[in-house]
Amino acid sequence: MFFSSPNQTIRKAFNRIFDTTPLLISLVAALVVASVLLIAMSTDPLQAYRSMLNGAVGTENAFAETLVKAIPILFVAVGICVAFRGGVINIGGEGQMIAGALAGVSVALIATSLPGPLIILFSLTAGFVAGALYAGIAGFLKAYFNVNEILSTIMLNQIAVQSMNYLLNGVLLDPTEAGTNHIPKTAKILAEAQLPRFSITLPDAIYGALQGLGFAGTPELFARTRLHYGMIIAILLAVIIYMLLWRTTIGYRIRAVGENENASRYAGIHVPRQIILAMFIAGGCAGLAGVVQVLGLQYRLQTDGSATGFTANAGFNGIVAALFGGLNPLGAIPASAVFGGLLVGAQKMQRDMGVPAALITAVNGLIVIFTVSSQMFARRRARRRAANEPPRSERVLDAAVNTPMEQQT
Amino acid sequence: MSATLPTGHRRIDQLEMRGIVKRFPGVLAVDHVDFDVCSGEIHALLGENGAGKSTLMKMLYGLYQQDEGVVRLNNAEVRIRSPHDAIQNGVGMIHQHFMLVPSLTVAENIALGMKSSRGWRLDLDLVSKRIRELSERYNLKVEPDIPTWQLAVGEQQRVEILRALYRGAALLILDEPTAVLTPQEVDDLFVILKKMTADGHALIFISHKLHEVLAISQRVTVLRDGRRVDTIPTEGATRLKLAEMMVGRPVVLEYERPEVTVYSDRLQVRNVSALNDRGEVGLRELSLSVAGGEIVGVAGVSGNGQHEMAQVIAGLRPLTGGKIEINGQDVTGRSPSVVRKMGVAYIPEERMIDGVVKDFTVAENLVLHDHGRKPFVSQRIFMNFKAIRDACQEAIRAYEIKTPGPDVPIKNLSGGNIQKLVLARELARQPQLLIAAQPTRGVDIGATEYIHRQLLKERARGTAILLISEDLDEIRALSDRIVVMYEGQIMGIVPGKDVNIRQLGAMMAGTPLDKVAEMS
Repeated sequence: MFFSSPNQTIRKAFNRIFDTTPLLISLVAALVVASVLLIAMSTDPLQAYRSMLNGAVGTENAFAETLVKAIPILFVAVGICVAFRGGVINIGGEGQMIAGALAGVSVALIATSLPGPLIILFSLTAGFVAGALYAGIAGFLKAYFNVNEILSTIMLNQIAVQSMNYLLNGVLLDPTEAGTNHIPKTAKILAEAQLPRFSITLPDAIYGALQGLGFAGTPELFARTRLHYGMIIAILLAVIIYMLLWRTTIGYRIRAVGENENASRYAGIHVPRQIILAMFIAGGCAGLAGVVQVLGLQYRLQTDGSATGFTANAGFNGIVAALFGGLNPLGAIPASAVFGGLLVGAQKMQRDMGVPAALITAVNGLIVIFTVSSQMFARRRARRRAANEPPRSERVLDAAVNTPMEQQT
Repeated sequence: MSATLPTGHRRIDQLEMRGIVKRFPGVLAVDHVDFDVCSGEIHALLGENGAGKSTLMKMLYGLYQQDEGVVRLNNAEVRIRSPHDAIQNGVGMIHQHFMLVPSLTVAENIALGMKSSRGWRLDLDLVSKRIRELSERYNLKVEPDIPTWQLAVGEQQRVEILRALYRGAALLILDEPTAVLTPQEVDDLFVILKKMTADGHALIFISHKLHEVLAISQRVTVLRDGRRVDTIPTEGATRLKLAEMMVGRPVVLEYERPEVTVYSDRLQVRNVSALNDRGEVGLRELSLSVAGGEIVGVAGVSGNGQHEMAQVIAGLRPLTGGKIEINGQDVTGRSPSVVRKMGVAYIPEERMIDGVVKDFTVAENLVLHDHGRKPFVSQRIFMNFKAIRDACQEAIRAYEIKTPGPDVPIKNLSGGNIQKLVLARELARQPQLLIAAQPTRGVDIGATEYIHRQLLKERARGTAILLISEDLDEIRALSDRIVVMYEGQIMGIVPGKDVNIRQLGAMMAGTPLDKVAEMS
């Protein structure tokens, strides 16, 4: 009865496109509203955005920096997808990143006698486990004592920052820095323990075409930039987590608990276990974000005393990227790149136009508002075609926007 | 010009809907339906879930727009584009779910969204006065100054009726108004409705409960699959006739219960006590047993421990005392998954809350607890979606579930079809013990009959069935033994055959069986 006619195929494709457009529209809308702020600062918004775009993707190095910024955001966002799908609102990405980085850097500094790849492997594992356990605290408290995870993860963020400050001024302090006016940072990790830089050799045809467009670099794309293999790890992780969520029983149970805790309990699913597991995976991903920052970019753990000093807010931006990506790990990949671009572009805008880069924080907020409201639109469309097709994307933000409310009542 | 009602608003002498058509993508929800209602009349709109009753009425109330057809009010054509338009035209609707702000008083709720006669200053004293007048006239017994959270469900409904009257409703659409009421409250409601029609109001009564339709209406229109089957005067109609019109084929209101082999006790509950959600004693020293091939019906007024009992047996609620055995094995205090592995299936009372994950597809819901078993998993943790979909297709066919397919979110299905899926899921594991809590509540006649037959089939297969229901007809039609509960205790256990309904009623009101026997 319900076979697929060409007409229906077109309709399906159309619907899919239409489901993603609200997200793009919300991005544009956020930028339009932000332009009001720019005008208020007597800056030409068009010029500002041009400068921003230029700063984000204008040159080979700019594009590489965008991706470098996107890496920790993607790690965190992938984890947030699992947590939010499981009905756990994890706001602790920052703290979990720090926990992962502390564990990862410790392993990298201690296990120096091992071959490089093994140091990297152990260091990544330590980062994942530390982030997972740290998030697991909040998961455990929620699952067994009904402690609100939003509050507990935020508080755990503070504890992580202070622990980092303590350790970086104490046992983990770079021995060469010991003195009264030291910068809190660890020693540099061995060169073998560093994640290699990432580059690709462009085929001649593409390189020729790019040169025609004014591309000034060498055929070795990204060879002289800071882009590192963390990007590949993050994308692999996104694919793995996508499979986990939608292809395995583990993901099925997490999603079932996130959508309806009661029905899951009645069906014999062990609810507390799924909550802790969702938190565990989310924290592990954030932990990887932290350790990859160390192994791939900074080669040491360093801070200015605040969380942002190390994480650059990736723990929070990851949440925004996850929502923007429709709480789908694969959607989080382009979403993270967009946010990486916004952040890098904002720096350039600040230099060129004298506009504070903090403006981009406001843009982030606006994007969240518009994304959430575009869901209303998508849902109304979905209701209209409800009988025809299994809707998927209209409940993208439902989990994030509605579930926590329901669970708190 | 037409006459005015005692409420001071314009009367609707006749409202006519002609050739109304409403299409949803892929579905013709309402197909050229004619419907009319006159002043002083209660016109019942009867049909199974999904027959198009609610859709038709939502068009009249402006929540949907019809694709074809006209609405004529006192012989003048009107376009109702929004609920606001409807109210302007004197059409009001009482929804199944009440829309009151709990912290506000009755008067504040009624004044909400209306212009104050004093501009920006509140005129709640005037509103209260008018509420008292209306309340008195229609015997609504509504106090204007009480916060609505303090009101019982029946009272909240009366506030909704009052709000509609206050806003000038001359025609009132009541969408399954009795679904949430106790029998006593239903009687009260009917008195109010009769008074309203006597005053010249026109009422449309949406329902699928036959005896209520017969008791209250003057005419009945039956809808089936979006089409009008017929409109007949209520006088002379019978339950059987109406049921057949609704379902489109002869129906059985009583079942044959063949003699089946009765096995040993599958479930034994011994002196079990437990707390309810409020932390009070919900079950006191409760003991009962169910044998294989036996249906034990649990009767009682809602909230007398039936829900707690089902949860305790399923491992979902901790015990404070006593012992539960399934097939002779002690399962006291074991987790739901352990209890399920012992062969217990459970149809929960609140299917949308406890039974299904409403944003999951039909197929995903089918495997809610068997998702980890073969053939639904391949290679340890990877789900085999082909096998799940095949199983779902099979369930859709075997249980006659009406759905566009296995990949549709289950929330798009009607209540009866969702319940059939829950049933399919629970019976798929060939249970030793089936706990069926309110298995047909809110389910249409066709599906109810189907579910009852499935329960009897399970009984014949040798399953022990604990049937919890507030519907005494259901209990009597299916049970081999009837247990009556009152305040967490068992008042008595009687054979299901030739049960004395008075005796049951007395036990439900809290008189133990031995005392009932003494009295008679």
